[in-house]
Amino acid sequence: MKALCWEGVNKLSVEQVPDPVLRNDQDVIVRLVAGTTCGSDLHLIGGYIPFMRAGDVIGHEFVGEVVEVGSAVRRHAVGDRVVVCSFVGCGRCWYCTNDLWSLCDNTNTNPGIGQALFGADTGGIFGYSHAMGGLRGSHAEYVRVPFADYGAFTVPDGVDDTSALFVSDSVPTGWMGADLGGVQPGDVVAVWGCGAVGQMAARAAILLGAERVISIDRIPERLEMTRRFVGSEVIDYTATDVGAELRERTGGRGPDVCIEAVGMEAHSDGPMHLYDQVKQQLRLQTDRPTAVRQAIHACRKGGTVFVLGVFAGAVDKFPLGAVINKGLTLRGAQVHGQRYIPMLLERVAAGELNTAHLATHSVSLDEAPTAYDMFKHKSDGCVRAVIRPGL
Amino acid sequence: MAVPPTKKLFATAAGFTAAVFVLRTMAARGAEPDDVHRWLVVTVQRGPGDLQPDKLPTPLQDYGDRIETRLSPAPGDRGTEIAVRFRQPPPAQSASVGARITGDDPRQGLRLALREAKSLLETGEIMRADAPSTTRSTPGGKLIGLMSRRADGEGVL
Repeated sequence: MKALCWEGVNKLSVEQVPDPVLRNDQDVIVRLVAGTTCGSDLHLIGGYIPFMRAGDVIGHEFVGEVVEVGSAVRRHAVGDRVVVCSFVGCGRCWYCTNDLWSLCDNTNTNPGIGQALFGADTGGIFGYSHAMGGLRGSHAEYVRVPFADYGAFTVPDGVDDTSALFVSDSVPTGWMGADLGGVQPGDVVAVWGCGAVGQMAARAAILLGAERVISIDRIPERLEMTRRFVGSEVIDYTATDVGAELRERTGGRGPDVCIEAVGMEAHSDGPMHLYDQVKQQLRLQTDRPTAVRQAIHACRKGGTVFVLGVFAGAVDKFPLGAVINKGLTLRGAQVHGQRYIPMLLERVAAGELNTAHLATHSVSLDEAPTAYDMFKHKSDGCVRAVIRPGL
Repeated sequence: MAVPPTKKLFATAAGFTAAVFVLRTMAARGAEPDDVHRWLVVTVQRGPGDLQPDKLPTPLQDYGDRIETRLSPAPGDRGTEIAVRFRQPPPAQSASVGARITGDDPRQGLRLALREAKSLLETGEIMRADAPSTTRSTPGGKLIGLMSRRADGEGVL
């Protein structure tokens, strides 16, 4: 079959790879209908995520049709139209049973690597390095889905493939930021980043009752899209002082909840950006935490900062003093998707959550390397390119 | 996309840095006699009454009398702690970095058996990696392949 493979730093190509096979009784094989580019893929494409091998299939956000079912699968049958969570959860370890699915104990087949890097291994994720389990990714014609009874969800009739696609990862990630960030009715919430995850975090905050939601980015099309489809206020950080703007809009307090949806390759227009770039390129820090720093400084005393963006290792000039002295709660997580996906599919079906607008481009698998280049450079107004192997 | 040579160099360096970090973490675990006799422990999401030391899954049963096994309830309803260690501690040099890279540390096998037993008790199966996980053979890929082969028997248990 054809698949999109990582071949080295900033080098993707469509290759012929062996078809996936059932490796466990609780697996299913899914024929891909659609997958999407994700900002976190850019980190591994750019060489910032270690433990990638040339020939690895990437992609982790997808919707498709079940074409083969393992003997122990109980909730799915051939022909089911499913959206699949990016993280694989076994459904029965302590973490899964406590709705902390991305921390699953039983789905990372390389636990020693994660334990050496982080002190504990995460759950496995599709197409996201051998540190995260080395599972093949979903930018292919077919993908194997382990523990499918827990990670694959039947798409309700009336929800189209494109709308369902983003419920795989970006929608639950955004929702988690607002939910675990503790957004309450009456809160003011600021969201850094107007990509798909940031937009969904802002929408979640609105649906959870936030009084005001303010999204921050620099790309005009994304700011406009967020204002129009999500309904949040926006700030162009290249046009104003974000901290001052937030203080002015919040009576001098600062936002109650700050959600960072940018990640390890953050941009800014200040001198710190150059500093962070140099240190990251020299590998004196692995990540550029620009937006995290800004969120911590902007947050009101006693507020919460939730880090949704992907970070791999260590950062420099982390304002720990502000965390302590302002009494902040700082949280972060990879997506506990299984916790939210059924509820989110219902909300999409009910028209409360619009996701189809995120799909600004639609391409075939053969065009995927070009689509990632466009996505990386945010050219042609690209927010998400949807990759359709059937095209 | 053309890749500037410096960028490729830095990225390659990053990969090796990560690999070295993992190896240093391995090396940081000392090889004192006390360490090789330390209990390896996992917590299983099963009630203490569900498990018996002599009826644990096959990967651990295969060790027979060569290992000691200890079961205890985890606090806060977090299941059952299963601890194992060799009855006869392996020699200290078996925990050297070299032995662990070549796969000659007997505790790697025991650690793997413990993880597999936990997965069998909780899910009824041991999740297998995709095969082949990748289709290209490069020097960097071979290094990561070696680390992946050792990774299921390594870690902080």
